[in-house]
Amino acid sequence: MSSTTLGMILFLTFVAATLGITFWASRQTKTAADYYAGGRSFSGVQNGLAIGGDYMSAASFLGIAGIIALSGYDGFLYSIGFLVAWLVALLLVAELMRNSGKFTMADVLAFRMSPRPVRTAAGVSTIVVSIFYLLAQMVGAGALVGLLLGITSDAGKAWTIVGVGALMIVYVVFGGMKGTTWVQIVKAVLLMGGAALVTLLVLGKFGFNLSALLGQAATVSGPKANPGSFLIPGLKYGTEAQGLAGKIDLISLGLALVLGTAGLPHILIRFYTVPTAKDARKSVLWGIGIIGVFYLLTLVLGFGAAALVGKTAIVAGDKAGNTAAPMLAQQIGADIFGPVGGTILLALIGAVAFATILAVVAGLTLASSSSFSHDLYAHVFKRGQASERQEVVVARVSALVIGAVAIGLGILAQGQNVAFLVALAFAVAASGNLPAILYSLFWKRFNTAGAVSAIYGGLVSALLLVIFSPVVSGGETALFKTADFDLFPLSNPGIVSIPLGFLCGWLGTILSKEYNASKYAEIEVRSLTGVGAEKATEH
Amino acid sequence: MTTREHDASVYEQVQESSEFQELKRAFRRWTFPMTVAFLAWYLLYVVLSGWARGFMGIKLLGDINVGLVFGLLQFVSTFLIAWAYARHAEKKLDPIADKLRHEVEEKTQ
Repeated sequence: MSSTTLGMILFLTFVAATLGITFWASRQTKTAADYYAGGRSFSGVQNGLAIGGDYMSAASFLGIAGIIALSGYDGFLYSIGFLVAWLVALLLVAELMRNSGKFTMADVLAFRMSPRPVRTAAGVSTIVVSIFYLLAQMVGAGALVGLLLGITSDAGKAWTIVGVGALMIVYVVFGGMKGTTWVQIVKAVLLMGGAALVTLLVLGKFGFNLSALLGQAATVSGPKANPGSFLIPGLKYGTEAQGLAGKIDLISLGLALVLGTAGLPHILIRFYTVPTAKDARKSVLWGIGIIGVFYLLTLVLGFGAAALVGKTAIVAGDKAGNTAAPMLAQQIGADIFGPVGGTILLALIGAVAFATILAVVAGLTLASSSSFSHDLYAHVFKRGQASERQEVVVARVSALVIGAVAIGLGILAQGQNVAFLVALAFAVAASGNLPAILYSLFWKRFNTAGAVSAIYGGLVSALLLVIFSPVVSGGETALFKTADFDLFPLSNPGIVSIPLGFLCGWLGTILSKEYNASKYAEIEVRSLTGVGAEKATEH
Repeated sequence: MTTREHDASVYEQVQESSEFQELKRAFRRWTFPMTVAFLAWYLLYVVLSGWARGFMGIKLLGDINVGLVFGLLQFVSTFLIAWAYARHAEKKLDPIADKLRHEVEEKTQ
């Protein structure tokens, strides 16, 4: 049996199991709290696993391992930003949001503001951030299947995107938050298990001597003139050739990574799926543990691929290195257990990668459709007069529409270099959403004009800066190679747009006289004590 | 029925109470400086990654260099801060928050 056949069997088993879960979840989903928040009845540990499943995307599994395999140390910089970011969520956001919100990020932002403008802004930002992230994952799925299943035709890749999109729509439309959460839990367990297995085999091969692994990685895949540079920063981000702009770009990326996570809507809605703020705290603690261990595993996977597969072979498989982890699995499996072992491990890691993509795209679709229905439809169009039933119907329909749009865009963007969309989603979340959330929770004077200015200010400045950056035009790696309007020298807008978002929020606030003291008292007391927090539903 | 329909003045009374002020202080005094600290520690790491590559490349044990150890220390500090926050919250925040919540829920019933 070839690894593609075995990979397909494993993947189809995952699909069958998750569809079974979705069917079960759909029968459990009756109220709006069930659909949006899984009845708030997940335990801290379950939600911690789901947080890991929601957050550890194919970009961080295949992408970071690939960056480490090709550029050495620099991939590690990425994963550290992704991990430290969780402290912002733990210390400042998770518990307070759980106490004062209901279903979406906007529930907290609109709490003491004029609801329609704030919910419109938050809804727009949620959908923009989620669609960017979603698009990057969809295009990645198309590319991945080409590499793992040997499908190279554009039509084959397009059908893969349709398949992934259709599954994600089924999970979200029928399973709601309950189904999506279980898909993420299963995926997190599979991903951790798969990554841990390959890591152990790699470490075992080097006699658990990390230094030997690093040394061989640098010799095999590092620059011939200076192998040691493979083990220090600077081969990919802020290279000496890029000069000062490159190094400032590195800091800009670091800022977006560390501040973006606590403003990502699909992450924020996970805090509503547990009964109390204490469970939200516990779930972030578990999430930090799982995500931290996972990034340590990818460090070994990346350097392991560099040492055992080698840069030449990896680049031949995929220029960006996205197949480094699967190739490593095949190599180490074959080394230790013979050809059959290689086939089995490759199939296993390939199936895990698909499961990873599915769980993340489902979370993103759920976040954007929830915000469309709860914020834009129920509170902006219907002015809070929609019934729960109507809201859930609209949420399901919008999940279908958003899924279809993502499939369409994913097919159109096929073959484009859209990896920057993930960093852009983090930058928008850090520039627009995070200032609005932090001001809402901690700044007494904050008001409607401030919230709206922060969100639009951060969103628009991040988008504009990227449009005028080297990512979009001017140069070989740009989206439009022939055009030339790269007026802003950095690929990552964060270092400008994040302070700008905070500044816009502050300026908007002090330029408007509006201020609601009694509502601030309410959100402050509620967020810190849990008075009046939404309860778990009974079944 | 949720508390949202109740008179907001209950919240203003709680907000002014010395117990709530103590809770707020205990929360902010710990989380705000710690946030500044871990962000500064992270930025130091990123800045050194950009400008101090010679330092990051100093070998400590075989091929394990300062850069790798510095990166791993970011993991260690993240785990430690998360653990310390959980301890602080359980000891200093939860007891006051629970007490205030029960009081308000009794008042508003």
